[in-house]
Amino acid sequence: MASITMDNLCKVYIGGVKAVSDVNLDIADGEMIVLVGPSGCGKSTLLRMVAGLETISDGTLKIGDRVVNNLEPADRDIAMVFQNYALYPHMTVFNNLAYGLKNRGFKKAEIDRRVREAAQMLEIGQFLDRKPRQLSGGQRQRVAMGRALVREPAAFLFDEPLSNLDAKLRVQMRVEIRQLQKRLRTTSLYVTHDQLEALTMADRLVVLNAGRIEQVGTPMELYSRPATTFVAGFIGSPAMNMLPAEYLKTLVSADDLAHLPQSADLIGIRPEDLSLAPPKEGEMALTGELMLLEPAGAESHLHLKLAGLKDIFVARLPQVPDVSEGTALTFSLRRDQLHPFDSASGQRVA
Amino acid sequence: MQTKRMTFSRSWLPYALLAPQVIITLIFFIWPSFQALRQSVYRQGDAFGIRPPQFVWFQNFQALFADPLYLNSLKVTAVFAIGTTLLSMSVALLFAVMVNRMIRSRDTYTTFLVWPYAIAPAIAGVLWWFIFNPSIGIMPYMLDMVGYNWNHRRDGNDAMIMVIIASAWRQISYNFLFFLAGLAAIPQSLIEAAAIDGASRMKRFWTIVFPLLSPITFFLLVINIVYAMFDTFGVIHATTEGGPAQATNILVYKVYRDGFVNLNFGSSAAQSVVLMGIVIVLTVIQFRYIERRVNY
Repeated sequence: MASITMDNLCKVYIGGVKAVSDVNLDIADGEMIVLVGPSGCGKSTLLRMVAGLETISDGTLKIGDRVVNNLEPADRDIAMVFQNYALYPHMTVFNNLAYGLKNRGFKKAEIDRRVREAAQMLEIGQFLDRKPRQLSGGQRQRVAMGRALVREPAAFLFDEPLSNLDAKLRVQMRVEIRQLQKRLRTTSLYVTHDQLEALTMADRLVVLNAGRIEQVGTPMELYSRPATTFVAGFIGSPAMNMLPAEYLKTLVSADDLAHLPQSADLIGIRPEDLSLAPPKEGEMALTGELMLLEPAGAESHLHLKLAGLKDIFVARLPQVPDVSEGTALTFSLRRDQLHPFDSASGQRVA
Repeated sequence: MQTKRMTFSRSWLPYALLAPQVIITLIFFIWPSFQALRQSVYRQGDAFGIRPPQFVWFQNFQALFADPLYLNSLKVTAVFAIGTTLLSMSVALLFAVMVNRMIRSRDTYTTFLVWPYAIAPAIAGVLWWFIFNPSIGIMPYMLDMVGYNWNHRRDGNDAMIMVIIASAWRQISYNFLFFLAGLAAIPQSLIEAAAIDGASRMKRFWTIVFPLLSPITFFLLVINIVYAMFDTFGVIHATTEGGPAQATNILVYKVYRDGFVNLNFGSSAAQSVVLMGIVIVLTVIQFRYIERRVNY
């Protein structure tokens, strides 16, 4: 177990493409950090730099107290779970788990003990004699986890480990990985593009965009106070509505926006902060024409057309309201739930 | 696999379309094979028809396996085939592994390494004949500098080494392409996982890459043995002509020598039949095991 410290990490590919720029991140011992961002944002590259599979162009990377910039992957005391599992197809499950231990010269009895312990923990004990191709996707995923577990490394690295599973299995494995991680208290770095996975699993979340860190924080911090328009748009589903402040002034009274700073020219409104109840004290009203009602069982998404606005405005309600498309609806919203941004810098201003 | 079914409106058309291939097979494969089979159980008559060909059962085969020259040829063929196969496959694998590591120069190297395959075996033979020529060749000249007196016209081992190199050279290209394709098919993440699992470069190769290449290796093994045994006539003919003292007289070459030079048709035909048997066995092995003897 160890902490991981990234100090101004950079990755520049031959030809000058900057995949990761100036990443600073301290991961505490036993913490689960999720790297999240759209594809191509550099999250996998960053993970592979920690693993030692990509060279580090600039900056320092420490695992524990050791600078590991120039260490081979094998010497960094990390274990990785790959997206395609990367199980050795010609070896049995037992040998897949034992391979890393054999290479490190562990005694036979110790290897046997660790493999069986991990297999029991992951409920793959009855598959130890099988080859990977004889296993289902979920079972392969467990074997891949097992291969990381037996090593008892300082840190786990996960590279989108659940994206090859079907939706149901993904939820199940998500819970299991998180429970296992909490039990073992092993420092973990987890890469995903799925924001739900990110929000549910992380101790702290790192949102990456174009190779840079947009924001670091607990899932709830990022959700309730996104630091940039990018994070605001990325975290939360449906995505946050963004309205120009100038436009919003034409819809609501001046009092409603008085508490916001002058520089706030872009206002974010979360779809789930809207309600159909009449406005009370401290609340403001917004009216729009219902274009489309999407019932989703326990909740519903309402696509609205606001007067004079090109983009569709979305509201999310915790029930399916009895309204018909084409009617005008008035929503109420607490004034302190507005997210003010400066559109030029993309930064939150209050 | 789904088979496509084609319906012809005229019933003779499919036969007409198949006919060229069938005729070629009949004339160039079936008929000569039959001739060889027939001739192998006859003692040939004389050129004037005074003594007609005589049916002798398996006497030709008995004589063959009692002949020390033929037994020697079997041994020579085994050494030659194994030598050629090992040399061409190991060098090809080495090249493939090295080229596989390259990024930008990969295509260039691949192109160059494949070129020798376009050269006819006889030309390759002549090429190596020049290189190894004891009087004018560069290799004997260089070997002489380190104190080795090369003469494949006198020394059977030298001759064997030369024909093995000359035969393997061309085959390296072929094997290289297969190995390169095989290496490209191994997911990079497997190698990375092994690297994280603490395996050194060599260990990764022998415990991960090589086992995963085994289907291709096995396939090439059969192909190369068949090549060395049957396709190297041109190389032998252009370099050593089976000599010195039968040291490189492999089975195919002996068939030619005994039949067309020494005009011993009965023995030559019997030798052809033995070769046919070997081809059949190798083909069966290939079809039987190529699908199954896959390592994973």
